[in-house]
Amino acid sequence: MINYGIAILLLPLLSFIIMIFVGKKLPNRGDWLSIGSVAITFCLSLSLFIMMLFKYDPYFKVEKIWTWFNLGTLDLKIGILIDNITIIMLLVVSLVSTLVHIYSTSYMKEDSRYSRYFAFLSLFTFSMNGIILSNNLLGIYIFWELVGLSSYLLIGFWFEKESAANASKKAFLVNRVGDIGMFIGIMLFFSSIGSFLFKDLYLGVSQGMFSVDTLTIAGLCLFAGAVGKSAQFPLHIWLPDAMEGPTPVSALIHAATMVAAGVYLAFRLFPIFTPQALTIIAYIGAITAVFAAIIAITQNDIKKVLAYSTVSQLGYMILAVGVGAYTYGFFHLVTHAAFKAGLFLCSGSVIHAMHHAYHKLDDHKSDAQDMRNMGGLKDKMPVTFYSMLFCTIALSGIPFTSGFLSKDAVLAGTLAFSSQYPNHFLLSLFGFSAALFTAFYMFRLIFLTFYGKPNSKKVFDNIHESPIQMTTPLIILSSLSFFLFFTFPNFNPLSYDGWFMTLVKSKDSLVPGYLNPTAYQIKEEIGQAHNLALFLSLSVAALGIGFAFLIYYSKLISADSIYRRLKVLHNLSFNKFFIDEILKKYLIDPFLKISKYIAIFDWDVYDKYFINGFGRITENFSKTVGNLWDYKFLDQKIIDGFGRITKFSGSKLRLIQSGKIQNYLILVLVGIIILYVFQAI
Amino acid sequence: MDLNSYLIISAILFSLGLFGVITRRNGVAVLMSIELILNAANINFIAFSRYSGMDFSGHIFSLFVIILAAAEAAVALAIILNIFNNFGSINIDDANKMSQ
Repeated sequence: MINYGIAILLLPLLSFIIMIFVGKKLPNRGDWLSIGSVAITFCLSLSLFIMMLFKYDPYFKVEKIWTWFNLGTLDLKIGILIDNITIIMLLVVSLVSTLVHIYSTSYMKEDSRYSRYFAFLSLFTFSMNGIILSNNLLGIYIFWELVGLSSYLLIGFWFEKESAANASKKAFLVNRVGDIGMFIGIMLFFSSIGSFLFKDLYLGVSQGMFSVDTLTIAGLCLFAGAVGKSAQFPLHIWLPDAMEGPTPVSALIHAATMVAAGVYLAFRLFPIFTPQALTIIAYIGAITAVFAAIIAITQNDIKKVLAYSTVSQLGYMILAVGVGAYTYGFFHLVTHAAFKAGLFLCSGSVIHAMHHAYHKLDDHKSDAQDMRNMGGLKDKMPVTFYSMLFCTIALSGIPFTSGFLSKDAVLAGTLAFSSQYPNHFLLSLFGFSAALFTAFYMFRLIFLTFYGKPNSKKVFDNIHESPIQMTTPLIILSSLSFFLFFTFPNFNPLSYDGWFMTLVKSKDSLVPGYLNPTAYQIKEEIGQAHNLALFLSLSVAALGIGFAFLIYYSKLISADSIYRRLKVLHNLSFNKFFIDEILKKYLIDPFLKISKYIAIFDWDVYDKYFINGFGRITENFSKTVGNLWDYKFLDQKIIDGFGRITKFSGSKLRLIQSGKIQNYLILVLVGIIILYVFQAI
Repeated sequence: MDLNSYLIISAILFSLGLFGVITRRNGVAVLMSIELILNAANINFIAFSRYSGMDFSGHIFSLFVIILAAAEAAVALAIILNIFNNFGSINIDDANKMSQ
């Protein structure tokens, strides 16, 4: 078991090391090596998964702990934890990673840094597996930074483009903000418990080693890391910009796996979150969900729409953690990983085709990602179209899909929470309106891209379906959105009971004196809220799709007239609520201004008077010392004095050595006489 | 006659010899002065022998010294003769080279 875990962890690392050093020289630029290693990882994960299905034990858990090093009385322990959540996450990561690798062989074929790209993908897979397998906060933190690094490298992969270089920097820096919070949180726990292991953490919390206030603050600090990595409000700004990276990277890192790491961390830490912390988490999730969905409505870049959609769906998962229905949030994470990766790869396929068409026509100005330039691609790219349609249906929450089940479960959880605490009704409101917007913008995307009249006939004629390396992953990922994969052996498309919900059991909160309902109670209430949630989510989805159909397909309602009437709202949404501008104006610019003033102080005052003053004092002092002490005294008196004494005595003493033996005899005689005299005295 | 008289005679002889060794430049004269020093030592030997125990070790020593002095004189005169042959003088200050 543990050996499987170690192999899954180290294989991609091995391939990274080989690829980064000798990748270029390998046959086929080394892509087979990366694909091979990640495919083996996938097979190992799959065998773990099958074994899990045969065991069918919700409480299955294997853990191995090593001592990393001793520091005085402190044993720093790290280790590997494999339980059902780990196995499911491993399968998701390795599956999406494998498909993205295969897809990339075609998508990145013409890139000059092909083997470096695969090396970075391997590095990412290694780091992500590390996060999943770690049984301690320190390990998670290390791999957390490593996925941040690989994300940085891959967003800025086309660093010749200034926008890509800036986006990678932005992603790295924004993530740092969250990570500092996370580090403080880890240290808050570590300073009292003296161990990073989850096991010790749970034990310490359940024994009441922390006051509720400390626990709230520490929990929120840790959650700050998740806010950064999972792109929650207000640190979501990096994710849409991260779309500057290659599209397969967006599918792997910025849709399916890395951004889910924050949510995964929140799942692991759920038992130690206090009610206060959970309420804040729920509101952050709900605000992110609705807010990103509103922005996605007006975006024209196909990848930007999907990026905001990802932010919004991550908001759902965080919301699920906040209201205590966190297993449903995890369910949504897994289903979302499949269909959102599928959507990104489909959009990549469309962009690829558009790009090639433009390239053929020698048009380097038009934007291959702008949906307004597309249209009518349905017949030209049937495989991409049907895959994308199916993923869209899943994301919009229509029955018979996995997305319906998981989103419905999350909404039911939210509804249950709101019905128990009516003053938190906003959470449900936000949740359902986000579902409405989701259905709307996704079908807007479909209608704009695949239906209607093509923008330019010439481009349209040059569009071709993508090669088989690209379409196969699309088919696999979109078919995984079918509900049965997640509910087997339950064939009812409206119920999410199945292996997943059996094997992923929620843990009770460990916070002493915890007042919120326990996991069991939440499940009961969700059961009651299920039907209402089902009805509501279906109707909002239908409403959203209906609006999209009327506006963008049948054009019964003119988009322009709506735009004219809701100009203010449209501008707000189109400009992403001016979050970037607000942050720039109230955070970055003042910061730069302060830095400038400090720099002036630093340069004109500190450096000029203090540092230079020291310099001048030292200079004068050394001059004086050099002159008076060193030159006048030491050199002139002591050193020269020795010389002079030696010279003088030499000139005198050399007279004695005459070479005449009789002179020596006289000296001997005188010496003997002196000795006699001294003896006599 | 007591011991002091002999010792005084011997000291005078020794001083004269030493004076000769230091001051004379003539090689033969230096040799003769060395003979004086040796004889001063001989007188001391005999005198101490006479005035301490009644054995003849002092006399024996003196005899050895006389024989040694004779041998030394022979070797030294040969050296001086060679010096004269080589340098054309028996002034010992002139003989300041290991070879010509």
